[in-house]
Amino acid sequence: MNYDQIVNRTVRDIPPSGIRKFFDIVSTMKDAISLGVGDPVFVTPWNICESAIYSIEHGQTHYTSNWGTIELRREIADYLRLRCGVSYDPASEVLVTVGASEGIDLALRALVEPGDEVLVPDPSYVSYAPCVRLAGGVAVGVPTDAARGFRLTGEEIRARLTPRTKALILPYPNNPTGAIMERADLEDVASALVGTDVIVISDEIYSELTYGGRAHVSFASIPGMFERTITLNGFSKAFAMTGWRMGYACAPAYLAKLLCKIHQFTALCAPVQGQAAALEALRSGKENHYAAVVHMREVYDRRRRILVSAFNRMGLPCFEPLGAFYAFPSIASTGMNSDEFCEKLLREQKVAAVPGTAFGPSGEGHIRCSYATSTEKIEEAVRRIEVFVRAHRKE
Amino acid sequence: MSLTQEEMKVLELLYEDARVTPAAAAVMLGMQEEEVRAAIEKLEQERVIVGYPALVNWDKTPIEKVKAVIEVKVTPQRDMGFDAIAARIYRFDEVTAVYLMSGAYDLMLEVQAENLRTLASFVSQKLATIDNVLSTATHFVLKKYKVDGVILEEEHADHRLAVTP
Repeated sequence: MNYDQIVNRTVRDIPPSGIRKFFDIVSTMKDAISLGVGDPVFVTPWNICESAIYSIEHGQTHYTSNWGTIELRREIADYLRLRCGVSYDPASEVLVTVGASEGIDLALRALVEPGDEVLVPDPSYVSYAPCVRLAGGVAVGVPTDAARGFRLTGEEIRARLTPRTKALILPYPNNPTGAIMERADLEDVASALVGTDVIVISDEIYSELTYGGRAHVSFASIPGMFERTITLNGFSKAFAMTGWRMGYACAPAYLAKLLCKIHQFTALCAPVQGQAAALEALRSGKENHYAAVVHMREVYDRRRRILVSAFNRMGLPCFEPLGAFYAFPSIASTGMNSDEFCEKLLREQKVAAVPGTAFGPSGEGHIRCSYATSTEKIEEAVRRIEVFVRAHRKE
Repeated sequence: MSLTQEEMKVLELLYEDARVTPAAAAVMLGMQEEEVRAAIEKLEQERVIVGYPALVNWDKTPIEKVKAVIEVKVTPQRDMGFDAIAARIYRFDEVTAVYLMSGAYDLMLEVQAENLRTLASFVSQKLATIDNVLSTATHFVLKKYKVDGVILEEEHADHRLAVTP
């Protein structure tokens, strides 16, 4: 059979993720150190795991409401009110999803008509542009750069607004750059959107991981922005629960209902064990002032400082990332492009980093290094990168 | 005892890994090396940090020690409560920890000795014969699973994929 002619053309033509190549090489190397991991270094706190085990032991093995259990939705609404200053109605505005990833897909499919444009900051997480394409839309990159801390500006958005602009994806704290958007930055973005019908898909999965005393600000909390915002978040990063695939999408009731319509026909509901675990994560967090989250953030913060200061010391300028768990240094001074740098670094020094270009053309000249790994490994990786940079500077 | 936020951060870091040098701690905490040194000095002087022993899993060494937890009932003394009798007990080398407890007994001891005989003789000859000791109940430790927040035999395998978006 000639599959090429049979299958859906959009799916066929989406290029594979730029990360795949590195994964394939690293997995064959024994003593490689990976700074390519976008996954918390911690295992899920035991009280959370235990509550999932308990739920299995007590026969909670059935479908839940399409929306997720009402207990969990209430806790999510409480959490967002306490930690992000946004109020959603648990009965009609909170949808429990299979990871925040599902939320991205639902939001785009609920909004996009064929040919609609969706603004996507460049560089950012690898899923947005393909999901826009799968929804029939056109992803329009909004370049960001180190000089402006990889923050999005109202000016850059205004310059790209057209009658076809349907949505803006707002992924902060940002993967891969580690950039955050403070209140003033968000107000600047809001000013560009007032008077338009552009919906903001605010992916706040790293909201608990901000540093330097900057608390995360939710876009929906900016005056007037609630009605045009779909807030996506989840448990993966805040509670070290990536493998559980637990997320949530919150939006005004009309939009939430649309998202749930797709969700009920494609996912039915998020896994019930994951919901039990997520409920425990939020309940215990509320009781102990999110002790586990606070501890993880402190550990990441220390490693962030080690990695960022090391890059600056070795002459790879790195703007200070104030969120997520990535450093995004510039490697332009080595004369290599991102891809070349990462491939040679992996082959010569066995350190895996991800080329900035995997996240969009504006990532050229940068590499993404995750500090969600042990201090010992970070220090060893830094030593190897230093040797590598010195050797190639001489050439 | 009042400690600044910076001093607490240094303390928490050293509690996790006492080998961290002041220079490395300064980078991790965003402080000056001198500030870290000053904080450590204060913590030591105030006896907030009282030592830097390694946490050892003795079961993996050739040294075979016998460990026990002993419940002790005592008569408190006027003006000194339990402190004098506790001091009398904690000075013995065999005693590795002493706690004053609420409930059915007064002091809980962690005791370590070369072998069963020396431990038995410590209890019968030294501990039980102290004037204010009314009774003792010795429980031998068969295996240690977790000590001071550290799980002794836990594997440290990284189950994550090597590169993820």
